[in-house]
Formats: sequence, C-alpha cells, structure tokens
Amino acid sequence: MSDLRPDLAVIARNVDPGTRVLDIGCGDGSLMAALRDTRGVDARGLELDPANVSAAVARGLSVVQGNADTDLADYPDQSFDYAILSQTLQTTRRPDLVLDDLLRIGRRAFVSFPNFAHWRVRLSLLWGGRMPVTRLLPERWYDTPNIHHVTIDDFRAMVAERGIEIEKARYLRGDRRTGPAAANFFAEHAVFLLSRD
Amino acid sequence: MTADPRYGLHRHVSLPGPLALDSGAALTPVEFGYETYGSLNTDKSNAILICHALTGDQYVASDHPLTGKPGWWTRMVGPGKPIDTERYFVICSNVIGSCLGSSGPSSINPATGRAWAMDFPVLTIRDMVRAQAMLLDHLGVERLKAVVGGSMGGMQALSWAATFPDRIGAVVVIASTAKHSAQNIAFHEVGRQAIMADPNWRGGDYYGDGEAPAAGLAVARMAAHITYLSEAGLTEKFGRRLQERDAKTFGFDADFQVESYLRHQGLSFTGRFDANAYLYITRAMDYFDLAEEHGGMLANAFRATDARFCVVSFDTDWLYPTRESRAVVRALNAAAKHVSFVELSSPFGHDAFLLESPELNAVVDGFLKVEG
Repeated sequence: MSDLRPDLAVIARNVDPGTRVLDIGCGDGSLMAALRDTRGVDARGLELDPANVSAAVARGLSVVQGNADTDLADYPDQSFDYAILSQTLQTTRRPDLVLDDLLRIGRRAFVSFPNFAHWRVRLSLLWGGRMPVTRLLPERWYDTPNIHHVTIDDFRAMVAERGIEIEKARYLRGDRRTGPAAANFFAEHAVFLLSRD
Repeated sequence: MTADPRYGLHRHVSLPGPLALDSGAALTPVEFGYETYGSLNTDKSNAILICHALTGDQYVASDHPLTGKPGWWTRMVGPGKPIDTERYFVICSNVIGSCLGSSGPSSINPATGRAWAMDFPVLTIRDMVRAQAMLLDHLGVERLKAVVGGSMGGMQALSWAATFPDRIGAVVVIASTAKHSAQNIAFHEVGRQAIMADPNWRGGDYYGDGEAPAAGLAVARMAAHITYLSEAGLTEKFGRRLQERDAKTFGFDADFQVESYLRHQGLSFTGRFDANAYLYITRAMDYFDLAEEHGGMLANAFRATDARFCVVSFDTDWLYPTRESRAVVRALNAAAKHVSFVELSSPFGHDAFLLESPELNAVVDGFLKVEG
C-alpha cells in the first residue's frame, strides 16, 4: 500500500476487511487493487476515463465506465458498506447530490478532496491576484477539471447542513498528517469518513 | 493415446435430441458443425465458449473451408492471444439455423429426406443457446470458464447467463444488446424482403435443381453491411471517389468505389451463406428481448448467476450503440453483479469488434485471467 497516493493510503487503512466497496472515480484501480489484495475487500469501481477503465479491467477489477453525476442512480440503496469518492467531488456538477447518492448507496462514505483554503492557494490569490496554480492544483482556471473548488470549512458546513455525521477526519500535508486545528489553513488534503445517523 | 474424436477442427456430430424450442416445436436430430482448440484440463475448468455473429461460423481461428480465409477472430483467439488456446479449451459451434454443418433450413429433414427449407422451425437466440448446452454435454463440459461473444454472439452470451446461470463463470459481451430495436428489426426486414423478392427464392424451396436466390441475398448483405460501418469510416475509406474511371458514366454501373465495394461484399457473401439461413437467423435476432423473457425486468435475467460480466461497446457503433450496453450494465448493477464496462473508441462502427483493437485485447485478456 506504500505506493498509494497519500489520501488513498489513509482510506485503505480505514476500510474494514472483507467489506463491499464502491470506488467512484477509481482511476486505474490502485486503491481497489490494494483493498482487494491486502484486506480481502469486494471492490467495484466507476470511472470516467476509458483508458483508466481498460487498465483497471486488465488488472482483473470490476470497473464500469461512467459519470458520478449521472450514473450513481443505477446503484441500489445500501448495496455497499463503503462508497469512496477520492479527489472527485470537486469535479462533479452537483457535489451535494453526489454526496447524497454516496450515502444512499453506501452505509458509510469516504470523501477526499484538495483543500482550496490551503495557505499557498490563499497566498497565490491574495498576492498574485490570479487563480492559483499549485503543486496540488496544477491546472489553470480554464483547463482544470475542478469546477467546484471546496475548502475544508465549506465541506464541514455542507455535511452539517445535510445532517451527515463525520465519523473520522484526516488532514494531510504532503504525505504527512496534520492536526485538525487550523486544518483549513495548513492541510493540502482532507479525508472524511461520513455516515448518516 | 488416441485423440478423442469429439475434439479438434472440422468436427461434426448429430445428437438425437429432441431439442424443445421456444416456438413449441421440437428439433430432432440436432446437428452441430463445431471446432475445439487447445485441451480440456483434468478438472475441466478451462473451457471457453465463443458465440459467433449472424453470418459468422465455427471457424473462429482456423481457415474457412469455403473461402480459404483465416478464421474470423484470429486477433482474439489463438496461441498467446487473449483467448489463449494454450491455456484454454476453446469451443466454437455453428449456431442452429445456420448453414455450416449445424441443423438449419439447408440440412436434411429426416421425415422427408429433403432439405427442411421453410419447414425448419423458427428459432430464438435461447434455442441456439440450449443447443450449445446440448453440445457441451456431449463434449463432457459441465461448466464454462467463460462465454464470449460479439454482436449476435453477445446476445447468446447474455442468454447463457439467463438460461444456464450455474454453468458459466464469466460472460464477455461485445458490441451487443439485450434486445433488438425497431431500427434493428427494420434493417433485417429489408434484407429478408430482398431475399424473398428474388424469383429464385421460390418459397425457400430452391435446394434441389434450382438456382439459389443469390441476388436477393447479396442485396440483404449489402444493406446489412452498411449498418456495420460508421459514416466517418465509409467517408474515410471511399469518400466520393470513382471506381477505376475518370468520370461519371451517366449510367447505373458501379461508378463509385463504395458501390463497387458493397456489390463485392454482397456477391462474395452468397458463395458462403444460405439465403434461408439468413432469414432464420435474422428472425431469431429480431425476436430477442431478454427482459421480455423475464417479466419485463432485465435485472431479473441475471439474478440467478454468480458470473462476472465484461461489457464492451464502441463509440461509433450505431447498430448496437453504447446506450444498449449501458442498459445491460444498469441491469447488472441493479442485480448487484460483478460487472465491468468500457466504451472503446474506434472509427470503424459495429465492425470494430472484429478488427485490430489493442484496447479490446487488453480488456478481454485481463478479464479472463482473473481466477474464479
């Protein structure tokens, strides 16, 4: 699991063994493969990019080409123990509806995203006056897939409004954890484990 | 050790049946033209059934006896290929209703000693699949590692999952659909009418001394062939280019390359295919609606199987477009089955599944290599 992206490694460590997982925006299936191989997880994936889907299927994973905004409705209620959305929320057209779908399909949901309130991003906008291009957000405003930039505090507010419980939260700076205090300023990434009461 | 005569190339067997058909009729005997490649392992766990398309046949990876051309899917099937004949025991059987050694309108009706012609019972895709199961019993194969098919072969693969849920471990469905649409039926009807309008057709009774309805069959093939290609593919291949001439002739010769190409496709087809078989198989495809067979709910067709599914479509296929594959995937998800789906990009339309596609090969290869 050591070669997983840091937010995926956090998720992988926190998924209970032997569970059923839907990984939405699963990329080439790295997390799914790790979950299958190290934790005996029954993993399914949804991925937009056909080259990624082919790569995942070619490594023996069950992945469906599709779009989080339109295709989650096809999955039955509570059919998975976990629904995972890693670094995809900010690319969806309606993150709020996608979040509702996650907790309809999964009993619990992992959501990870890059924090747009990280101090580097703030600095870039404050002093440069331009939309930030950072290590974590390398695309320019016009070609970025990130159409709904979100901060950790924004996300906390959204889940609170929707009556969603945060079971766990992990904040990352590079591949290292950082504390919850001032996470909205210092964390580059956040990973949340969510459930409905 | 002598080789088992049931296995190998150019096999033929006549089984007593009877095979109960969806129409209520029964077929007896049931003849099969088929081929097997590779060897069945000791625990009989490595058998893969390949289902062919409308005008396909059992010569999936060996030379066609009538045309001398290589097998129709040598890109996918053979030593070291995704369907690796050194790992798997591969079976491909001519569907019943066809004309390459399996029971069909051109085979002999034991009651009369003459060709069945239009007395042959009308078939369904499920009838073809039940016949294949009968052949597998004869071959000593209880359970398939996988059933694989493109186009009409994909319909059979889906029907396998619904009809024999416990006999399959995996299902690969390429460029296919769970039902024939009005447009699909319409194109087939054009082909059938072309055949039946040929004066040589004579109510289907042309096997004795008469000429076969080759002109009608050629037109049927020409119309169908257009549906296998994309508009962009046709434009790229032919455009408005003229056929071996510098100017239009102001007549009805094949002035355009695309006309010449279609005429050639139509004519060469008549050398290897029976017109009545074309009628029967297109009818079976038109009758295909897997949801209808399961109370109108496609998901119900898949509930009983534990097989893994791999569904592939091509973005320029307008015969069985991606939305048809998605409908299958949606039903499989609703039934909580293991399903993979990818839409591959190709300029070649429906025919893409038969052509060079490294992505298709990678997907099928990876999917089949999974244990279980």
